[in-house]
Amino acid sequence: MSFGLELLLKVGVVAAIAPAMALGLTILEIKGSAYMQRRPGPLHVGLRGFIFPIAEVLKFFQKEDIIPAQADRSVFKWAPAYIFVSVFGLFVIIPASPTLVVRDLELGVFYLLAISSLSTIGVLTAGWSSANKFSMIGGLRAAAQLIAYELPLILSVIGVVIQAETMSLVGIVEAQKEWGVPFVLAGQLIAFLVFMTAATAEMMRVPFDMPIGESELVSGFLTEYSGIRFLLFYISEYINLFVMCAIASTIFLGGYHIPFLPLDWVNFYGPLVLIGKTFFLGFILILIRWSFPRFREDQLQSIAWKILVPVSLANIFVTSIMKVVF
Amino acid sequence: MKKIRIKIPGFLKGMFIVFSNLFKKNVTVNYPFEKETLAPRARGVIALDQEACTSCMLCARQCPDWCIYIEGHKELQPPSKPGGRPRSRAVLDRFDIDYALCMYCGICVEVCPFDALFWSPDFEYSEYKMSSLLHDKAKLQDWLVTVPETVGLES
Repeated sequence: MSFGLELLLKVGVVAAIAPAMALGLTILEIKGSAYMQRRPGPLHVGLRGFIFPIAEVLKFFQKEDIIPAQADRSVFKWAPAYIFVSVFGLFVIIPASPTLVVRDLELGVFYLLAISSLSTIGVLTAGWSSANKFSMIGGLRAAAQLIAYELPLILSVIGVVIQAETMSLVGIVEAQKEWGVPFVLAGQLIAFLVFMTAATAEMMRVPFDMPIGESELVSGFLTEYSGIRFLLFYISEYINLFVMCAIASTIFLGGYHIPFLPLDWVNFYGPLVLIGKTFFLGFILILIRWSFPRFREDQLQSIAWKILVPVSLANIFVTSIMKVVF
Repeated sequence: MKKIRIKIPGFLKGMFIVFSNLFKKNVTVNYPFEKETLAPRARGVIALDQEACTSCMLCARQCPDWCIYIEGHKELQPPSKPGGRPRSRAVLDRFDIDYALCMYCGICVEVCPFDALFWSPDFEYSEYKMSSLLHDKAKLQDWLVTVPETVGLES
Protein backbone atom coordinates (compact mmCIF):
# COMPACT_ATOMS: atom_id res chain seq x y z
CA MET A 1 0.00 0.00 0.00
CA SER A 2 1.36 3.36 -0.95
CA PHE A 3 1.99 5.96 1.69
CA GLY A 4 -0.62 8.35 0.32
CA LEU A 5 -3.37 5.75 0.27
CA GLU A 6 -2.50 4.62 3.79
CA LEU A 7 -2.57 8.20 5.04
CA LEU A 8 -5.93 8.83 3.38
CA LEU A 9 -7.37 5.68 4.91
CA LYS A 10 -6.13 6.55 8.40
CA VAL A 11 -7.45 10.10 8.19
CA GLY A 12 -10.78 8.76 6.98
CA VAL A 13 -11.03 6.26 9.82
CA VAL A 14 -10.15 8.88 12.46
CA ALA A 15 -12.54 11.40 10.93
CA ALA A 16 -15.30 8.80 11.08
CA ILE A 17 -14.55 7.46 14.56
CA ALA A 18 -14.00 10.72 16.41
CA PRO A 19 -17.48 12.27 15.88
CA ALA A 20 -19.09 8.85 16.37
CA MET A 21 -17.45 8.51 19.77
CA ALA A 22 -18.37 12.09 20.63
CA LEU A 23 -22.00 11.30 19.79
CA GLY A 24 -21.84 8.16 21.89
CA LEU A 25 -20.54 10.08 24.87
CA THR A 26 -23.15 12.79 24.31
CA ILE A 27 -25.89 10.17 24.43
CA LEU A 28 -24.32 8.73 27.57
CA GLU A 29 -24.18 12.17 29.12
CA ILE A 30 -27.70 13.25 28.16
CA LYS A 31 -29.49 10.03 29.04
CA GLY A 32 -27.23 9.23 31.99
CA SER A 33 -27.68 12.64 33.57
CA ALA A 34 -31.42 12.39 32.96
CA TYR A 35 -31.72 9.06 34.74
CA MET A 36 -29.46 10.28 37.54
CA GLN A 37 -31.94 13.08 38.10
CA ARG A 38 -34.85 10.61 37.78
CA ARG A 39 -36.32 12.01 34.60
CA PRO A 40 -36.48 10.33 31.21
CA GLY A 41 -34.44 12.91 29.27
CA PRO A 42 -35.07 13.47 25.55
CA LEU A 43 -37.88 11.13 24.62
CA HIS A 44 -39.47 12.01 21.32
CA VAL A 45 -36.59 12.22 18.81
CA GLY A 46 -36.58 8.67 17.49
CA LEU A 47 -35.59 5.49 19.32
CA ARG A 48 -36.77 6.84 22.68
CA GLY A 49 -34.57 9.92 22.29
CA PHE A 50 -31.34 8.02 21.70
CA ILE A 51 -30.63 9.76 18.40
CA PHE A 52 -31.25 13.16 19.94
CA PRO A 53 -27.56 14.26 19.69
CA ILE A 54 -27.65 13.82 15.91
CA ALA A 55 -30.64 16.13 15.73
CA GLU A 56 -28.83 18.59 17.96
CA VAL A 57 -25.74 18.57 15.72
CA LEU A 58 -27.91 19.08 12.63
CA LYS A 59 -29.62 21.97 14.37
CA PHE A 60 -26.32 23.86 14.58
CA PHE A 61 -25.79 23.53 10.81
CA GLN A 62 -28.90 25.54 10.05
CA LYS A 63 -28.10 28.32 12.50
CA GLU A 64 -26.66 31.63 11.48
CA ASP A 65 -22.95 32.08 12.03
CA ILE A 66 -22.72 35.47 13.69
CA ILE A 67 -19.44 37.34 14.00
CA PRO A 68 -19.50 40.44 16.23
CA ALA A 69 -18.69 43.73 14.50
CA GLN A 70 -15.88 44.57 16.91
CA ALA A 71 -14.36 41.10 16.79
CA ASP A 72 -10.95 40.35 15.37
CA ARG A 73 -12.45 38.50 12.44
CA SER A 74 -9.73 36.17 11.28
CA VAL A 75 -8.62 35.24 14.80
CA PHE A 76 -12.23 34.75 15.80
CA LYS A 77 -12.82 32.50 12.82
CA TRP A 78 -9.75 30.35 13.34
CA ALA A 79 -9.95 29.88 17.09
CA PRO A 80 -12.11 26.71 16.94
CA ALA A 81 -9.61 25.17 14.53
CA TYR A 82 -6.84 25.15 17.15
CA ILE A 83 -9.01 23.21 19.55
CA PHE A 84 -10.21 20.87 16.84
CA VAL A 85 -6.67 20.17 15.68
CA SER A 86 -5.36 19.61 19.17
CA VAL A 87 -8.15 17.15 19.88
CA PHE A 88 -7.89 15.30 16.58
CA GLY A 89 -4.12 15.17 16.75
CA LEU A 90 -4.32 13.04 19.86
CA PHE A 91 -6.01 10.25 17.92
CA VAL A 92 -2.67 9.55 16.27
CA ILE A 93 -1.20 7.80 19.28
CA ILE A 94 -4.18 5.96 20.77
CA PRO A 95 -3.56 2.25 20.14
CA ALA A 96 -6.61 0.08 19.56
CA SER A 97 -4.31 -2.95 19.27
CA PRO A 98 -0.53 -3.34 18.78
CA THR A 99 -0.94 -2.78 15.04
CA LEU A 100 -4.26 -0.90 14.92
CA VAL A 101 -2.80 2.52 15.61
CA VAL A 102 -2.37 5.53 13.34
CA ARG A 103 1.30 5.85 14.25
CA ASP A 104 3.01 4.37 17.29
CA LEU A 105 5.38 7.20 18.13
CA GLU A 106 8.53 6.56 20.16
CA LEU A 107 7.83 9.72 22.15
CA GLY A 108 4.09 9.11 22.34
CA VAL A 109 3.57 10.59 25.79
CA PHE A 110 5.64 13.63 24.88
CA TYR A 111 3.54 14.09 21.73
CA LEU A 112 0.37 13.76 23.82
CA LEU A 113 1.38 16.54 26.18
CA ALA A 114 2.68 18.77 23.39
CA ILE A 115 -0.47 18.49 21.29
CA SER A 116 -2.94 18.72 24.14
CA SER A 117 -1.46 22.05 25.23
CA LEU A 118 -2.30 23.51 21.81
CA SER A 119 -5.91 23.90 22.86
CA THR A 120 -4.83 26.64 25.30
CA ILE A 121 -4.08 28.87 22.31
CA GLY A 122 -7.46 28.19 20.79
CA VAL A 123 -9.34 29.01 23.97
CA LEU A 124 -7.28 32.12 24.67
CA THR A 125 -7.67 33.50 21.15
CA ALA A 126 -11.38 32.69 21.18
CA GLY A 127 -11.76 34.66 24.39
CA TRP A 128 -9.57 37.53 23.29
CA SER A 129 -10.94 38.05 19.78
CA SER A 130 -14.63 38.03 20.73
CA ALA A 131 -14.57 41.69 21.86
CA ASN A 132 -16.62 40.78 24.88
CA LYS A 133 -15.72 41.21 28.54
CA PHE A 134 -17.19 37.87 29.55
CA SER A 135 -15.35 36.11 26.76
CA MET A 136 -12.08 37.72 27.72
CA ILE A 137 -12.40 36.85 31.40
CA GLY A 138 -13.36 33.33 30.38
CA GLY A 139 -10.39 33.07 28.04
CA LEU A 140 -7.97 34.33 30.69
CA ARG A 141 -9.39 31.95 33.26
CA ALA A 142 -9.09 29.13 30.77
CA ALA A 143 -5.48 30.02 30.05
CA ALA A 144 -4.63 30.11 33.77
CA GLN A 145 -6.44 26.85 34.36
CA LEU A 146 -5.03 24.95 31.38
CA ILE A 147 -1.47 26.01 32.16
CA ALA A 148 -1.89 25.14 35.84
CA TYR A 149 -3.26 21.68 35.12
CA GLU A 150 -0.83 20.88 32.31
CA LEU A 151 1.84 20.34 34.94
CA PRO A 152 0.15 17.64 37.06
CA LEU A 153 -0.98 15.99 33.81
CA ILE A 154 2.64 15.74 32.67
CA LEU A 155 4.07 14.81 36.05
CA SER A 156 1.54 12.05 36.73
CA VAL A 157 2.32 10.38 33.41
CA ILE A 158 6.07 10.49 34.12
CA GLY A 159 5.62 7.96 36.94
CA VAL A 160 4.12 5.54 34.45
CA VAL A 161 6.84 6.27 31.93
CA ILE A 162 9.48 5.43 34.55
CA GLN A 163 7.70 2.22 35.46
CA ALA A 164 7.16 1.13 31.87
CA GLU A 165 10.59 2.35 30.70
CA THR A 166 9.07 3.62 27.47
CA MET A 167 7.18 6.60 26.15
CA SER A 168 5.34 4.86 23.37
CA LEU A 169 1.76 4.06 24.26
CA VAL A 170 1.87 0.59 22.70
CA GLY A 171 5.03 -0.02 24.75
CA ILE A 172 3.21 1.08 27.91
CA VAL A 173 0.38 -1.36 27.22
CA GLU A 174 2.86 -4.14 26.50
CA ALA A 175 4.62 -3.34 29.78
CA GLN A 176 1.29 -3.71 31.58
CA LYS A 177 0.86 -7.06 29.84
CA GLU A 178 4.22 -8.15 31.27
CA TRP A 179 3.32 -6.96 34.76
CA GLY A 180 0.10 -8.92 34.60
CA VAL A 181 -1.94 -6.13 36.16
CA PRO A 182 -2.68 -2.67 34.83
CA PHE A 183 -0.60 0.17 36.23
CA VAL A 184 -3.49 1.48 38.29
CA LEU A 185 -3.14 -1.62 40.47
CA ALA A 186 0.62 -1.85 40.11
CA GLY A 187 1.41 1.19 42.19
CA GLN A 188 0.17 4.08 40.04
CA LEU A 189 -3.23 4.60 41.67
CA ILE A 190 -2.31 8.07 42.89
CA ALA A 191 -0.94 9.00 39.48
CA PHE A 192 -4.21 7.78 37.96
CA LEU A 193 -6.29 9.96 40.28
CA VAL A 194 -4.07 12.97 39.61
CA PHE A 195 -4.25 12.32 35.88
CA MET A 196 -8.03 12.08 35.87
CA THR A 197 -8.40 15.25 37.94
CA ALA A 198 -6.02 17.15 35.70
CA ALA A 199 -7.68 15.75 32.59
CA THR A 200 -11.09 16.87 33.84
CA ALA A 201 -9.66 20.34 34.33
CA GLU A 202 -8.06 20.25 30.87
CA MET A 203 -11.43 19.37 29.37
CA MET A 204 -12.99 22.25 31.33
CA ARG A 205 -15.77 20.00 32.59
CA VAL A 206 -17.67 20.49 35.83
CA PRO A 207 -16.36 20.85 38.59
CA PHE A 208 -13.56 22.67 36.75
CA ASP A 209 -15.66 24.69 34.31
CA MET A 210 -14.88 28.22 35.46
CA PRO A 211 -13.86 29.34 31.93
CA ILE A 212 -17.39 28.55 30.75
CA GLY A 213 -19.08 29.22 34.10
CA GLU A 214 -22.56 29.93 32.81
CA SER A 215 -23.78 31.46 36.07
CA GLU A 216 -21.00 34.06 36.11
CA LEU A 217 -19.72 34.57 32.57
CA VAL A 218 -22.74 33.87 30.33
CA SER A 219 -20.81 31.17 28.50
CA GLY A 220 -17.18 32.25 28.96
CA PHE A 221 -15.11 32.17 25.79
CA LEU A 222 -18.02 30.59 23.92
CA THR A 223 -20.32 33.57 24.49
CA GLU A 224 -20.07 35.08 21.02
CA TYR A 225 -19.91 31.84 19.07
CA SER A 226 -22.88 30.43 17.23
CA GLY A 227 -23.67 28.06 14.42
CA ILE A 228 -20.96 25.77 13.11
CA ARG A 229 -18.16 27.37 15.10
CA PHE A 230 -20.01 26.71 18.32
CA LEU A 231 -20.62 23.17 17.10
CA LEU A 232 -16.87 22.73 16.64
CA PHE A 233 -16.25 23.80 20.23
CA TYR A 234 -19.10 21.65 21.45
CA ILE A 235 -18.11 18.51 19.59
CA SER A 236 -14.43 18.86 20.35
CA GLU A 237 -15.34 19.02 24.04
CA TYR A 238 -16.78 15.53 23.75
CA ILE A 239 -14.03 14.28 21.46
CA ASN A 240 -11.59 15.60 24.04
CA LEU A 241 -13.47 13.69 26.71
CA PHE A 242 -13.16 10.54 24.65
CA VAL A 243 -9.48 11.10 23.87
CA MET A 244 -8.49 11.88 27.43
CA CYS A 245 -10.39 8.88 28.77
CA ALA A 246 -8.91 6.67 26.05
CA ILE A 247 -5.40 7.82 26.95
CA ALA A 248 -6.08 7.32 30.65
CA SER A 249 -7.38 3.81 29.99
CA THR A 250 -4.38 3.08 27.77
CA ILE A 251 -1.82 4.33 30.25
CA PHE A 252 -3.39 3.18 33.49
CA LEU A 253 -6.04 0.55 32.76
CA GLY A 254 -4.24 -1.64 30.25
CA GLY A 255 -5.76 -0.18 27.07
CA TYR A 256 -6.71 -2.82 24.50
CA HIS A 257 -5.32 -5.65 26.61
CA ILE A 258 -7.59 -7.79 28.71
CA PRO A 259 -6.41 -10.96 30.46
CA PHE A 260 -7.53 -14.49 29.50
CA LEU A 261 -8.38 -13.56 25.92
CA PRO A 262 -6.39 -15.04 23.01
CA LEU A 263 -3.63 -12.63 22.00
CA ASP A 264 -3.98 -13.53 18.32
CA TRP A 265 -7.44 -12.01 18.21
CA VAL A 266 -6.41 -8.68 19.70
CA ASN A 267 -7.20 -6.88 16.43
CA PHE A 268 -10.84 -7.87 16.85
CA TYR A 269 -11.54 -7.39 20.52
CA GLY A 270 -8.88 -4.68 21.12
CA PRO A 271 -10.92 -1.70 19.86
CA LEU A 272 -14.01 -2.90 21.72
CA VAL A 273 -12.09 -3.34 24.96
CA LEU A 274 -10.53 0.10 24.60
CA ILE A 275 -13.89 1.73 23.87
CA GLY A 276 -15.47 -0.13 26.78
CA LYS A 277 -12.81 1.07 29.21
CA THR A 278 -13.02 4.57 27.79
CA PHE A 279 -16.77 4.74 28.19
CA PHE A 280 -16.43 3.43 31.73
CA LEU A 281 -14.08 6.30 32.59
CA GLY A 282 -16.32 8.70 30.69
CA PHE A 283 -19.26 7.52 32.75
CA ILE A 284 -17.36 8.22 35.97
CA LEU A 285 -16.59 11.74 34.74
CA ILE A 286 -20.27 12.23 33.88
CA LEU A 287 -21.17 11.01 37.37
CA ILE A 288 -18.76 13.56 38.84
CA ARG A 289 -20.15 16.27 36.62
CA TRP A 290 -23.70 15.74 37.83
CA SER A 291 -22.74 15.33 41.49
CA PHE A 292 -20.61 18.33 42.29
CA PRO A 293 -20.84 22.09 42.04
CA ARG A 294 -18.13 24.23 40.52
CA PHE A 295 -14.93 25.04 42.40
CA ARG A 296 -14.02 28.61 43.17
CA GLU A 297 -11.25 30.17 41.10
CA ASP A 298 -8.75 30.29 44.00
CA GLN A 299 -9.64 26.74 45.04
CA LEU A 300 -8.94 25.67 41.49
CA GLN A 301 -5.46 27.14 41.53
CA SER A 302 -4.62 25.88 45.01
CA ILE A 303 -5.73 22.36 44.11
CA ALA A 304 -3.39 22.38 41.14
CA TRP A 305 -0.32 23.92 42.80
CA LYS A 306 -0.67 22.85 46.42
CA ILE A 307 -2.03 19.32 46.08
CA LEU A 308 -1.70 17.81 42.61
CA VAL A 309 1.82 19.00 41.75
CA PRO A 310 3.45 17.94 45.06
CA VAL A 311 1.57 14.64 45.05
CA SER A 312 2.64 13.83 41.52
CA LEU A 313 6.24 14.87 42.29
CA ALA A 314 6.21 12.54 45.29
CA ASN A 315 4.81 9.85 43.03
CA ILE A 316 7.70 10.28 40.60
CA PHE A 317 10.14 10.17 43.53
CA VAL A 318 8.71 6.98 45.01
CA THR A 319 8.37 5.30 41.61
CA SER A 320 11.98 6.00 40.68
CA ILE A 321 13.23 4.74 44.05
CA MET A 322 11.20 1.55 43.63
CA LYS A 323 12.54 1.20 40.09
CA VAL A 324 16.15 1.48 41.28
CA VAL A 325 15.72 -0.77 44.34
CA PHE A 326 13.85 -3.62 42.63
CA MET B 1 -17.52 -1.95 72.80
CA LYS B 2 -17.02 0.85 70.40
CA LYS B 3 -18.41 0.46 66.94
CA ILE B 4 -15.78 0.57 64.26
CA ARG B 5 -16.94 3.04 61.70
CA ILE B 6 -15.11 3.55 58.46
CA LYS B 7 -15.22 7.17 57.51
CA ILE B 8 -16.23 7.59 53.88
CA PRO B 9 -15.40 10.99 52.41
CA GLY B 10 -18.43 13.11 51.68
CA PHE B 11 -17.84 13.41 47.97
CA LEU B 12 -17.93 9.62 47.56
CA LYS B 13 -21.21 9.50 49.48
CA GLY B 14 -22.63 12.19 47.20
CA MET B 15 -21.49 10.33 44.11
CA PHE B 16 -23.06 7.14 45.45
CA ILE B 17 -26.37 8.92 46.00
CA VAL B 18 -26.34 10.24 42.45
CA PHE B 19 -25.39 6.80 41.14
CA SER B 20 -28.10 5.02 43.12
CA ASN B 21 -30.72 7.36 41.68
CA LEU B 22 -29.80 5.96 38.27
CA PHE B 23 -31.77 2.79 39.01
CA LYS B 24 -34.80 4.33 40.66
CA LYS B 25 -38.09 5.03 38.99
CA ASN B 26 -38.58 8.32 37.20
CA VAL B 27 -40.56 10.88 39.13
CA THR B 28 -41.69 12.81 36.07
CA VAL B 29 -44.89 12.22 34.10
CA ASN B 30 -44.90 12.25 30.31
CA TYR B 31 -47.62 14.89 30.44
CA PRO B 32 -49.62 15.10 27.23
CA PHE B 33 -49.69 11.30 27.01
CA GLU B 34 -50.26 10.43 30.64
CA LYS B 35 -51.89 12.48 33.34
CA GLU B 36 -50.77 13.19 36.83
CA THR B 37 -53.01 12.22 39.74
CA LEU B 38 -53.96 15.56 41.23
CA ALA B 39 -54.40 16.43 44.88
CA PRO B 40 -58.01 16.10 46.13
CA ARG B 41 -58.38 19.86 46.47
CA ALA B 42 -56.46 20.84 43.35
CA ARG B 43 -57.26 24.35 42.17
CA GLY B 44 -57.69 24.19 38.44
CA VAL B 45 -60.60 26.41 37.48
CA ILE B 46 -63.53 28.04 39.27
CA ALA B 47 -67.01 26.75 38.41
CA LEU B 48 -70.19 28.82 38.86
CA ASP B 49 -73.62 27.58 39.83
CA GLN B 50 -75.82 30.30 38.32
CA GLU B 51 -78.94 29.19 40.16
CA ALA B 52 -77.31 29.75 43.51
CA CYS B 53 -75.75 33.11 42.68
CA THR B 54 -77.60 36.15 43.98
CA SER B 55 -75.15 38.64 42.40
CA CYS B 56 -74.30 39.92 45.86
CA MET B 57 -70.89 41.09 44.55
CA LEU B 58 -69.04 39.77 47.61
CA CYS B 59 -66.67 37.74 45.44
CA ALA B 60 -66.00 40.65 43.12
CA ARG B 61 -65.28 42.90 46.08
CA GLN B 62 -62.98 40.43 47.80
CA CYS B 63 -61.04 39.48 44.68
CA PRO B 64 -57.49 40.77 45.21
CA ASP B 65 -56.78 41.41 41.55
CA TRP B 66 -60.30 42.36 40.46
CA CYS B 67 -60.74 39.68 37.91
CA ILE B 68 -64.45 39.02 38.52
CA TYR B 69 -66.98 41.14 36.64
CA ILE B 70 -70.62 40.94 37.72
CA GLU B 71 -73.64 42.73 36.32
CA GLY B 72 -77.19 42.03 37.34
CA HIS B 73 -80.63 43.47 37.71
CA LYS B 74 -83.74 42.72 39.77
CA GLU B 75 -86.98 41.39 38.42
CA LEU B 76 -90.33 41.25 40.12
CA GLN B 77 -91.70 37.77 40.57
CA PRO B 78 -95.43 37.15 40.50
CA PRO B 79 -96.71 36.62 44.03
CA SER B 80 -96.82 33.01 45.16
CA LYS B 81 -100.25 33.47 46.81
CA PRO B 82 -103.06 35.48 45.29
CA GLY B 83 -103.09 38.95 46.82
CA GLY B 84 -99.51 38.67 47.96
CA ARG B 85 -96.74 41.12 47.45
CA PRO B 86 -94.57 40.55 44.34
CA ARG B 87 -91.07 39.53 45.40
CA SER B 88 -87.98 40.80 43.66
CA ARG B 89 -85.43 38.34 42.35
CA ALA B 90 -81.83 39.00 41.32
CA VAL B 91 -81.00 38.03 37.76
CA LEU B 92 -77.41 37.56 36.69
CA ASP B 93 -76.63 39.33 33.42
CA ARG B 94 -72.90 38.94 33.37
CA PHE B 95 -70.51 36.88 35.45
CA ASP B 96 -66.98 36.82 33.97
CA ILE B 97 -63.75 35.60 35.49
CA ASP B 98 -60.60 36.74 33.73
CA TYR B 99 -58.18 33.84 34.16
CA ALA B 100 -55.40 35.96 32.71
CA LEU B 101 -55.60 37.95 35.95
CA CYS B 102 -56.80 35.31 38.41
CA MET B 103 -54.16 34.18 40.87
CA TYR B 104 -56.06 31.15 42.15
CA CYS B 105 -56.20 32.39 45.74
CA GLY B 106 -59.69 30.98 46.22
CA ILE B 107 -60.99 33.89 48.27
CA CYS B 108 -64.09 34.17 46.06
CA VAL B 109 -64.90 30.50 46.65
CA GLU B 110 -64.50 30.92 50.39
CA VAL B 111 -66.39 34.16 50.65
CA CYS B 112 -69.46 33.12 48.64
CA PRO B 113 -72.35 32.93 51.14
CA PHE B 114 -74.64 30.92 48.82
CA ASP B 115 -72.17 28.23 47.67
CA ALA B 116 -72.29 29.32 44.07
CA LEU B 117 -68.55 29.03 43.35
CA PHE B 118 -66.56 25.77 43.41
CA TRP B 119 -63.05 24.66 42.73
CA SER B 120 -62.63 22.25 39.84
CA PRO B 121 -59.36 20.37 39.23
CA ASP B 122 -59.60 20.82 35.45
CA PHE B 123 -56.63 22.86 34.27
CA GLU B 124 -56.52 22.32 30.52
CA TYR B 125 -58.05 25.54 29.25
CA SER B 126 -55.02 27.30 27.80
CA GLU B 127 -55.65 29.58 24.85
CA TYR B 128 -53.69 31.22 22.07
CA LYS B 129 -55.07 34.66 22.93
CA MET B 130 -55.05 36.29 26.31
CA SER B 131 -58.53 37.67 25.75
CA SER B 132 -59.89 34.15 25.31
CA LEU B 133 -59.06 33.48 28.96
CA LEU B 134 -62.07 35.59 29.98
CA HIS B 135 -64.66 32.94 30.81
CA ASP B 136 -68.27 34.10 30.71
CA LYS B 137 -71.04 32.71 32.88
CA ALA B 138 -72.05 29.99 30.43
CA LYS B 139 -68.52 28.66 30.31
CA LEU B 140 -68.21 28.90 34.09
CA GLN B 141 -71.44 26.94 34.35
CA ASP B 142 -69.97 24.26 32.08
CA TRP B 143 -67.13 23.72 34.51
CA LEU B 144 -69.65 22.70 37.15
CA VAL B 145 -69.80 19.10 35.88
CA THR B 146 -66.07 18.70 36.51
CA VAL B 147 -66.36 19.64 40.18
CA PRO B 148 -65.66 16.52 42.28
CA GLU B 149 -67.64 15.44 45.32
CA THR B 150 -66.55 17.36 48.36
CA VAL B 151 -63.78 15.56 50.15
CA GLY B 152 -64.03 15.39 53.91
CA LEU B 153 -62.21 17.61 56.33
CA GLU B 154 -58.50 17.02 56.45
CA SER B 155 -58.01 16.62 60.19
